[in-house]
Amino acid sequence: MSASVSTLVNQPYKYGFVTDIESDTLPRGLSEETIYAISAKKNEPEFMLEFRLRAYRQWLKMTEPTWPDVNYPAINYQDIIYYSAPKQTQKKQSLDEVDPTLLETFEKLGIPLSEQKRLANVAVDAIFDSVSVATTFREKLAEHGVIFCSISEALKEHPELVKKYLGSVVPIADNYFAALNSAVFSDGSFVYIPKGVECPMELSTYFRINNGDSGQFERTLIVAEEGSSVSYLEGCTAPMYDSNQLHAAVVELVALDNASIKYSTVQNWYAGDANGKGGIYNFVTKRGLCKGKNSKISWTQVETGSAITWKYPSCVLVGDNSIGEFYSVALTNNCQQADTGTKMVHIGKNTRSTIVSKGISAGKSKNSYRGLVKVGPNADGARNYSQCDSMLIGSNAQANTYPYIQVQNELARVEHEATTSKIGEDQLFYLAQRGISAEDAVSMMISGFCKDVFNQLPMEFAVEADKLLSLKLEGSVG
Amino acid sequence: MIVDNAPTVLSVKNLTANVNDTPILKGLKLEIKAGEIHAIMGRNGSGKSTFSKILAGHPAYEVTGGEVVFEGQNLLELEAEERARSGVFLAFQYPVEIPGVSNLDFLRASYNARRKHQGLEEVDPFDFEDVVRDRLQVVQMDASFLDRSVNQGFSGGEKKRNEILQMALLEPTLAVLDETDSGLDIDALRIVAEGVNQLANEKNAMLVITHYQRLLDYIIPDYVHVMYDGKIVMTGDKELALELEAKGYDWVDELQPVGV
Ligand SMILES: Nc1ncnc2c1ncn2[C@@H]1O[C@H](COP(=O)(O)OP(=O)(O)OP(=O)(O)O)[C@@H](O)[C@H]1O
Ligand SMILES: [Mg+2]
Repeated sequence: MSASVSTLVNQPYKYGFVTDIESDTLPRGLSEETIYAISAKKNEPEFMLEFRLRAYRQWLKMTEPTWPDVNYPAINYQDIIYYSAPKQTQKKQSLDEVDPTLLETFEKLGIPLSEQKRLANVAVDAIFDSVSVATTFREKLAEHGVIFCSISEALKEHPELVKKYLGSVVPIADNYFAALNSAVFSDGSFVYIPKGVECPMELSTYFRINNGDSGQFERTLIVAEEGSSVSYLEGCTAPMYDSNQLHAAVVELVALDNASIKYSTVQNWYAGDANGKGGIYNFVTKRGLCKGKNSKISWTQVETGSAITWKYPSCVLVGDNSIGEFYSVALTNNCQQADTGTKMVHIGKNTRSTIVSKGISAGKSKNSYRGLVKVGPNADGARNYSQCDSMLIGSNAQANTYPYIQVQNELARVEHEATTSKIGEDQLFYLAQRGISAEDAVSMMISGFCKDVFNQLPMEFAVEADKLLSLKLEGSVG
Repeated sequence: MIVDNAPTVLSVKNLTANVNDTPILKGLKLEIKAGEIHAIMGRNGSGKSTFSKILAGHPAYEVTGGEVVFEGQNLLELEAEERARSGVFLAFQYPVEIPGVSNLDFLRASYNARRKHQGLEEVDPFDFEDVVRDRLQVVQMDASFLDRSVNQGFSGGEKKRNEILQMALLEPTLAVLDETDSGLDIDALRIVAEGVNQLANEKNAMLVITHYQRLLDYIIPDYVHVMYDGKIVMTGDKELALELEAKGYDWVDELQPVGV
């Protein structure tokens, strides 16, 4: 590659500030005591403590996976703080009682929570380090029977629902990080959409890591009863620290007959500096169960941050005629590493899945798509279509595609397409010759490349995502 | 057309340039006034496209000496996109494909970049549709090409028409057409040439690079230059093109001083 499409330089990360707030933290390290302490702090029902302990004991027997195409120094799990909450321990009933420093923090992040300023048609659950600090529009949602609250509150107010579904999609021993999460998760969001209800507004959770030494282990559970539907979005940012923070979340979705869940993510955790110092390790397990017939689960993700991303939002298509979708844009720059993709497991008849993955690698980064399409023996008429496109910017970036296809049914149809392209000097010169600056040129090409995925995002966020990508690549060419 | 006392659009003096440390242009001189059409002919590899890309500001070409003045300003100081916005247009010999970017969005971005530079208001997508539809007629191009990705999957001739469509939109002061005739069928050649003639006026200038006299039957040049080893070694009127066609480049070789 020529000199003029040079290494990309990140726009300074604008969410990198630290909020100075007193917090209630557990000492570093992990043992059964830690688990008892977390559970006690949260005043949890007995079954939850047992769940955690079972998970912890499983985790001790497991080993960290080495198959992802990423490199990082060994994580010292005894050096992590597993619980850190801003001092105002009890969650306040009214937003007016929430520590103003916290409200300010979220406002600075573009997520105003106060009554006057909140987003018009989006309910937000704001999570700061280990706990949820506020959830907006709870009452309005309750009028429709929709439950939207932190998982800690759900454990108190709706323990039977949590008990029924928690761990039903991602079993505690599913994988190393899921087991860890099951043992120590501190908070997250809970959504329950009752039978026949179309959720009247977008639901979203905003995750903020503030403490430099704490890990974030959130747990999200969304249940859509028969004939219901919901669209949910998560956003994430973190301060810039020289050290790495571990984020090991678990998200479980359950869709019953004729229900649909759309889950979108715009991930912008701190990615580390240009030399790869600092940044979040984003090791996440997300899985949706299309339990009922004609149900549908759709994942859309825009992954732009984190030093390392290890994430495969998946769909288990049990119900006949159920549909799984995965639309992903993963952008890596500088020294970022991403190993991301999906698993579509076809079990029921006439199940359908679509995978559209767009990887963009710039700088010295490494971006791998890893996806599994599995069709079981009873999945007559199952269909999958996968499209995995990679775009390289500069000559030092890497893109890999690892599609795994396992078909045990002769009546299934599986299609896979893949392309690799490159933003070349010739294209940039052509556009420059038409008066278009290199930055606009890259942004046009990237938007075009990501169009099929952005079209899936809720409107407000599509614009946001487009801007975010341009920002991430600003100063990249010249 | 040659106009008395017309202002100079482009003045190139003793231009030398390298690609990857190899000298390609070796002292090129050329002066173009408003209203004029110049043609450059010359052997493959003599440096015609290199010259056009240097005018347009391609970063891979290193200018090692000489000067290039466009409408009174030092062109070499400007970035490629600034040159374009100021009115230098290059119709590429090999137009580039840009997957994922719609031709219409691209044309509008380009059109607005030029307008902004001229201090004019940018045009919104609705109004732009009208503007572009009007210009499509210059090259008799179908509107369906607007919805496709820039040049992607266009045939050779369609790409060339798309170049002239851009020229029609941008109304450059200096248009350099690098082998716009190659790859065109007989009807397309006539259409493109007529388009170019429609756009030529007393305020702008054209520099047409071609291998074939055929194009010059439609676009009548005021001057014909012969490029040889990175220099212009002969200049004449349209008769020179005919003479070249008849005698070939060996004739030019023989006229070169020995040992240069
Ligand atoms: N990027 C490059 N790297 C190396 N050599 C180059 C490069 N670009 C041009 N050249 C060389 O410079 C010389 C002039 O090339 P140029 O494309 O300007 O010729 P041309 O007159 O346009 O030829 P044609 O009539 O075939 O289009 C050729 O020998 C070519 O190989
Ligand atoms: Mg050429």
